[in-house]
Amino acid sequence: MADVVARDLRVPARSGQLTLHKFARRKSTIAFLMALPLITIVLCLVVYPAFYSIHLATLNKSMQHFVGFGNFEFLFRRNTFWMVVEQSLLFAITAVIFKAVVGFIVAHFVHNLPAQGQRKWRGMLLIPWVIPPAMSTLAWLWLFDPSYSAFNWVFAHLGIPQVAWLGNPYWARFCVILVNVWVGSPFFMIMYLAALKSVPEQLHEAAAIDGANWLQKIWYINLPMMRNIIQITALFSLIVTFANFDIVKILTNGGPVDQTHVFATWAFTLAIWGNDIPLGASVSLFMAPILAIAAFFILRNVRRRGNEA
Amino acid sequence: MTTATAEAAAGQVGRARYGSISRGRRRALFWSYFFLILFVIFFLTPPVYMFITSLKSSAEISAATNPWWVYHPTLSNYIDLLTQNQFLIFFRNSAIVSVCVVSITMVVSIFAAFALARMRFWGSATLATGVFLTYLIPESLLFIPLFKTFAYIHDKTGIELINHWWVLIILYPTLTVPFATWLMIGYFSSIPKELDEAALIDGAGYMQMLTRIFIPVAIPGIIAAMIFTFTVSWANFLYPLAFTTSADQLVLPVGIVTTLIRGDVYAWGQIMTGALLGAAPPLIIYAFLMDYYISGLTAGATKG
Repeated sequence: MADVVARDLRVPARSGQLTLHKFARRKSTIAFLMALPLITIVLCLVVYPAFYSIHLATLNKSMQHFVGFGNFEFLFRRNTFWMVVEQSLLFAITAVIFKAVVGFIVAHFVHNLPAQGQRKWRGMLLIPWVIPPAMSTLAWLWLFDPSYSAFNWVFAHLGIPQVAWLGNPYWARFCVILVNVWVGSPFFMIMYLAALKSVPEQLHEAAAIDGANWLQKIWYINLPMMRNIIQITALFSLIVTFANFDIVKILTNGGPVDQTHVFATWAFTLAIWGNDIPLGASVSLFMAPILAIAAFFILRNVRRRGNEA
Repeated sequence: MTTATAEAAAGQVGRARYGSISRGRRRALFWSYFFLILFVIFFLTPPVYMFITSLKSSAEISAATNPWWVYHPTLSNYIDLLTQNQFLIFFRNSAIVSVCVVSITMVVSIFAAFALARMRFWGSATLATGVFLTYLIPESLLFIPLFKTFAYIHDKTGIELINHWWVLIILYPTLTVPFATWLMIGYFSSIPKELDEAALIDGAGYMQMLTRIFIPVAIPGIIAAMIFTFTVSWANFLYPLAFTTSADQLVLPVGIVTTLIRGDVYAWGQIMTGALLGAAPPLIIYAFLMDYYISGLTAGATKG
């Protein structure tokens, strides 16, 4: 039996010196052709525009003259620009921290429940993430309405003073972050719940025997075990939050007096409504450094994770 | 005899210990439910309020009654919207765009992921990393250069790309293809190598290997990728807002925001109804395919 197999194998091997080579070459050609549509899409619709926007940023408003760093110099002299930088950073960092904290807490509560009940709760808690953000932001806009705010109605009955939700710059910033946390924390919850499931139960039992309380278990066991996922999720969310457009656009449209504009909404206002495409491109390019830093760390973490597995 | 006593003692100790643990557990469980209910209220308030408002007439909305309760429920908002030609056009545009984007994305990404996960070629590892990086580039960075490029194409060739709903079919793959490919690479890499070796020995070509083995085995991944592609193309707001303006070329999210809000007049009953109807397709898919949704969510972000 083994003999037959061995002979069978030997036959193609002798005549196969050349065919094997050709085969390998043909294989990589087929593979390249299979990946070609992807390469085309990525090159034409992502890589090319990304570099083109760098070129656009160096042109004047009518896009006929090269002005070098003129657009950037103009931006640096404007107060609104620095306000946008400040608000973008404040918005992204605060929102990510709160999303991570809420997601972490809710994930622990869900993990505490008996296994058969978890599905139902998880299903309900993920709904904000499933509704298109533009649609759910409309609901928030209605909840924050200046004259019919449903929150203010509740406040009036509890004797709490009325709040001008989107009219006051500080409250408007709070609202924008709140809505972002509402949309994003279910994603953190799902990721952290998946990470919690992979923490071995024996570690908790061992800790319990050693007399650890629940806080110590979370701090010394869950946090270190979940570290990688916590980092990757936070970095991912940082990218998405930093580039956020829908929520700010619908909720405040940058107002009151440009206090809540982030890079994406301000770039949109300048480029599409103000018809100054180069200036808009320059503003949106300021997102690139932060994205690059986050991407670098994500890639490093994903690689490390790949090696562990 | 001695063993029996020992067992009894052990049982007693065991019972006592379990007793205290379960008391602690019951308390933990109580607080877990308590806080989860608070969080669920926080998470579900906007959609529930959407629903409440959608059942009210505009007279009841502007009356100074309890906003959290419907005194005279009416379906007039739903009837108004669903008999309005404009709203149905938004719905149709959204549906066609999403279905086309899902089909294009799945074809492109399944082939590419198969090539990248299994058939190495020159530069394939770099390309896989590149796909991941392009997935991280947000649309808010791309829409300005794309807008300018389309205007340029119009100047040179006379093909008008801006202000047509079908241009979204070209635009959305920038968001969906890198993500779906990344997801599919993860699923395909998890299929054991022995399966394709067996197929090769049986004389299968690469196409057969893909259609007979990889696609059937990775069906859960394909469904997850399809759900995501659909959700992204249904929900996107920035591209249609920048690229389409005429009322008959809009898709649902932008259509609701721009046509139902006229100046300072907000028809809140209709807006909430429209928003709820616009959120319905992803919610219905989610209700039936929650597990695929969640597996895609966790795989997409962490698969290395």
